[in-house]
Amino acid sequence: MVKKWIERSYSGLIFVFLYAPILVLIIFSFNESRTRGNWGGFTLHWYADLFRDRQILSAFYYTLSIGVISAVVSTIVGTFAAVGIYNMRYLGQKTILNLNYLPVLNPDIVTGVALMTLFIFFNFRLGFLTLLLAHITFCIPYVILAVLPKLRQLDKNLAEAAMDLGAKPFYAFRKVVLPEITPGIITGALIAFTLSIDDFVISFFTTGSGVTNISITVFSMARRGVNPMINALSTIMFTTVLLLLLWINYRTNKEKEEDEDEKELQMYNVLGTAGDTLSDDDRV
Amino acid sequence: MKSRMAYPYIVWLSMFIVLPLLLILYYGLTAVDGSFTLDNFQRFIDPIYLRVLWRSVELALLSTAICLVLGYPMAMIIAKTEIKRRNLMVLLFILPMWMNFLLRTYAWMTLLGRNGVINNILGWAGLPELNLLYNASAVVLGMVYNFLPFMVLPIYTVLSKMDQSYIEAAKDLGANNRKVFWKVIFPLSLPGVISGVTMVFMPAVSTFVIPRLLGGGQLMLIGNLVEQQFSYVGDWNFGSAISIVMMLFILISMALMTRFDKEQQGGVGLW
Repeated sequence: MVKKWIERSYSGLIFVFLYAPILVLIIFSFNESRTRGNWGGFTLHWYADLFRDRQILSAFYYTLSIGVISAVVSTIVGTFAAVGIYNMRYLGQKTILNLNYLPVLNPDIVTGVALMTLFIFFNFRLGFLTLLLAHITFCIPYVILAVLPKLRQLDKNLAEAAMDLGAKPFYAFRKVVLPEITPGIITGALIAFTLSIDDFVISFFTTGSGVTNISITVFSMARRGVNPMINALSTIMFTTVLLLLLWINYRTNKEKEEDEDEKELQMYNVLGTAGDTLSDDDRV
Repeated sequence: MKSRMAYPYIVWLSMFIVLPLLLILYYGLTAVDGSFTLDNFQRFIDPIYLRVLWRSVELALLSTAICLVLGYPMAMIIAKTEIKRRNLMVLLFILPMWMNFLLRTYAWMTLLGRNGVINNILGWAGLPELNLLYNASAVVLGMVYNFLPFMVLPIYTVLSKMDQSYIEAAKDLGANNRKVFWKVIFPLSLPGVISGVTMVFMPAVSTFVIPRLLGGGQLMLIGNLVEQQFSYVGDWNFGSAISIVMMLFILISMALMTRFDKEQQGGVGLW
């Protein structure tokens, strides 16, 4: 009994530690007073300011458009790549997969400065295009890692059976393989989108000419100290991510009913975003 | 034949993943005029920079240790909870990981600042104001806060898959709880501990955002050094050299970790 009580209060404390800062942030986004510590009454005017701020609005626009475009492009390239890698011979497969892990394992800052060096070396003007290229680059590996396990689960004979029955290879791919791996593709696209709208470090180094995303704007504002407008922005972003995550979770749970246990591990693997190690199952 | 579908990505990979790293290598090994040199690496051996490296490693190790001590019991508690509540608890751990990293760090500025919430509460209680922000402890706190889920989740995954009959067998053979933990549970959970340690240490040692926001810029870590070389000083050669050191450091420790992990399981190392 005592043990149970200790366990409960311990996990309670950990969750308070995890969520108190976020909660305080959200509460103070409705605070009238500019000096953060005091409660000066309820207001929405930081939200109103937020939607009038030109810099934040443009950052919002860039974050979303980069997120959508890079999710679409990286999902297409990544899905094709996963199918290709799956059909490669052992050595080629191993080489590509190890290279594919580089941006996943490398510290973001190294990926960031390396891409920046590349762009400047080839006289690309840092801006929207370079930012987009960088985002696609770090998203593709995660798409591949989401799609590949689905391909491994696939029965190899299915596509062959379709082709025996007269389907052309591409038709067999579209009608037989694609529907089977679609859940992996959607998960990959969602991960790519979330990674893209969340990224700071790589964006920081690969953008320029006034193109900034939300994270960069927050960084430059926060460097000058606490600002209630950031709190309002955080609240909006937190709610958005919460909804996205609930959706992903709902999807994964639905799949889990089909293939129980294995899925769970995979979910954490792809969910751990920053410099994570992936389980050995995924390595070839 | 279908392996051709990977060709576009192979081109992409060579252009945007391999080539940039080769460029970094090139800059790291050359002087400003383009001649080959090892000066950039030699410069890094200077005590000023070694101290920066040491401080980064020290703070990252400290945060990793705190995460392990806080996270292991938490993982055990989650693994023991019944399935429905367990999923909720796991979700609650994943959720902050998905919130913007900068905002999570920024949240602590509101709490710790001079006019922050904690100082206000102290003020009401009639206690003196504390200097909580802009020092090394704030940076460690920020790291622990940001990376704790990375420690808890892998350990939890291993613990929840552990064969309970080992524990029962140990108990049947007369081991007490402490002995069961140190002789059975902990050794079996090592793969999770190792990936947790890796997942906390790696981002902690390379971050430049946390020391910048919570350390107030006085506390220079290796990530800040790289950022400074590229954004302010414009010394790409030296910046590249530091990046190479950082990358090798991380890839090598990762390889060692995987090897150790593999040996534990009696398999063959990948690297």
